[in-house]
Amino acid sequence: MSPTAADFEHATCPIPIADYPHVLLAHGGGGRLSQMLVERMFGAAFSNPALDERHDGAVLDLPQGRVALTTDAFVISPLFFPGGDIGSLAVHGTVNDLAMCGARPAALTAAFVIEEGLPMDDLWRIVRSMAAAARGAGVPIVAGDTKVVDRGKGDGVFITTTGVGVVPAGVHVSPRLARPGDRVLLSGAIAQHGVAILSVREGLRFETEVRTDSAALNGMVAAMLDVGGDRVHVLRDPTRGGVSSALNEIAQAARVGIHIDESAIAIAEPVRGACEILGLDPLYVANEGKCIAIVAPEAANAVLAAMRAHPAGAEAAIVGGVREGPAGKVFMRSRIGGERVVDMLSGEQLPRIC
Amino acid sequence: MKFVDEYRGEAETKQLVAALRVRVTRPWTLMEICGGQTHTLIKFGIDRMLPEGIELVHGPGCPVCVTPLEQIDRAVEIARRPGVIFTSFGDMLRVPGSRTDLLSVKAGGGDVRIVYSPLDAVKLARANPARQVVFFAVGFETTAPANAMAVHQAAHLGLENFSILCSHVLVPPAMEALLSAEDNRVQAFLAAGHVCTVMGYHEYPAIAARYRVPIVVTGFEPIDLLQGILMAVTQLEEGRAEVENQYTRSVTFRGNEPAQRLLAEVFEVCDRAWRGIGGIPRSGWRLRAKYAGFDAESRFDVSGTTAPESPLCIAGQILRGLKKPHECSAFGVQCTPEKPLGAPMVSTEGACAAYYQYGRRG
Repeated sequence: MSPTAADFEHATCPIPIADYPHVLLAHGGGGRLSQMLVERMFGAAFSNPALDERHDGAVLDLPQGRVALTTDAFVISPLFFPGGDIGSLAVHGTVNDLAMCGARPAALTAAFVIEEGLPMDDLWRIVRSMAAAARGAGVPIVAGDTKVVDRGKGDGVFITTTGVGVVPAGVHVSPRLARPGDRVLLSGAIAQHGVAILSVREGLRFETEVRTDSAALNGMVAAMLDVGGDRVHVLRDPTRGGVSSALNEIAQAARVGIHIDESAIAIAEPVRGACEILGLDPLYVANEGKCIAIVAPEAANAVLAAMRAHPAGAEAAIVGGVREGPAGKVFMRSRIGGERVVDMLSGEQLPRIC
Repeated sequence: MKFVDEYRGEAETKQLVAALRVRVTRPWTLMEICGGQTHTLIKFGIDRMLPEGIELVHGPGCPVCVTPLEQIDRAVEIARRPGVIFTSFGDMLRVPGSRTDLLSVKAGGGDVRIVYSPLDAVKLARANPARQVVFFAVGFETTAPANAMAVHQAAHLGLENFSILCSHVLVPPAMEALLSAEDNRVQAFLAAGHVCTVMGYHEYPAIAARYRVPIVVTGFEPIDLLQGILMAVTQLEEGRAEVENQYTRSVTFRGNEPAQRLLAEVFEVCDRAWRGIGGIPRSGWRLRAKYAGFDAESRFDVSGTTAPESPLCIAGQILRGLKKPHECSAFGVQCTPEKPLGAPMVSTEGACAAYYQYGRRG
């Protein structure tokens, strides 16, 4: 009998390791091995009524409202990093994209492209982590697909998650809605995810381990919308490209100027140290558990309080404001009182020479 | 964070700017040598806080910017060879050679890797005995000791599959070249603190005396730069031309002598071409004959023919402090960080990239 969702978390890999220590091409071939992988691993770990139907797709009863739909491909290397892995990231990323639309996430699907030879135990670790992340966010994984590609044609595993959610009545969130006078709220310390990944990828060690901030934000966002309603104008998770790219996109979409204050933006000491050493600007480094909210001034304090009441937003702060102009630009007041433009990232940030 | 926060205080900044206002009676032109200093100035908006008449022109201290085009072409040619692992610091990868850059070589199947230390390249060579590992050894006196150490270690280990493509340049000869040019505008230097950490500043009194120019060894944080500017302006106002050290927490008169001994063991002074500036006598380092076996240029026999620089790019005038980036007609139009015409738009230390990134468009 398959383990149930409640007792699988510490369970050992359900695929007999002695028989299959590594994923084989046949595990994606549609035959008996495929079925074993789907039933014993994915089906057991993700078990929920819609998935347990074992239909070609999931049939869902959604609450009333506008439907939000998003998809994201996760190709991260390394697969495991301090504080998370590709599995938890694939769940958090898509849940957060839905939340940033103002939607309550209702369900996810997951497609796995696995490279032949991936250790079965690694796959099990990833699946278990996905299941835990989905349960933590309260969003079921209701359908999925698995393919196995030849060794050398993938990077361990690629995961694509698609999410569907419902935007409640009275919620209108869009980057175009930022207005002069609005406040800019940021849910916590920046640049953790990017630095955590870089430190593993490049074998860099710091005195304190930097962990990813990867987290589901739908709970916090629901609380923010409960108190802020349609006075929450913009929500955005500053992932790739960091806070600066997210703010620039908003400034351009709404044709407004965004002004932020460097000293109001929290950065953990080890993250700041790593960025100083490597020559990276933390404003351009990725986050996976942070939210920027642009909120009407009269609602800013209530929304900030809702953020701070949630573990994902304990360090939330008002970091700036929206002005008429210069349209499409982001400005930052530096720590010493100077002012500069914060531009979009061009290309990748590359570590400097000296 | 220690050694950062105490040099980024708003109150101290205001005090220094006020002191500078009191001190200045007429216009002065100062050059900060190092691209890292340029970035701090622009990033924190320091140049806009200065009293009118104090102009900072941006110096040639950007290793990526002054590496000659033909050297990039040689790097590209080596990186394309089968069996080669070509290693480099990150910001060299995007610098355009005459036809392509190293990132494009990587995309085309070349094994090009970013390393954070040349010693990592030595490790790669040990781990891949069947492959040739080449490190792109560019930079000033700052990066040279680690590169010398890499060669020294490789020699010690008897590695036959490690070499460096060497393009080291030296600051003092470049300062002299700038000062002796007919169109020179520089009246005082903020010398590069990190270069002096390695080399000390015992080479500078002769330059200060010969050209009657104040030289202040200066750090990289906002307060460092404001202090350095104040010290240089004070000298100018008082008619002095001396060498002073603002960056005392890192720099001593003689510098890091063990590092200098290692440099002298591995490298010897040679003439060197600077991108945008031209040839400067005795302004670079090459491997000594004893270590010639680690020279990638001879190992891979890259002569490197090269196309001329873009006629639009005025990098030479920028690197000599004659023009500001936004005075270039290509700036932000044909030349952007996504599609750079010249190296100063590529490097995080390049003046054009600083002006572009921090929104100085005119």
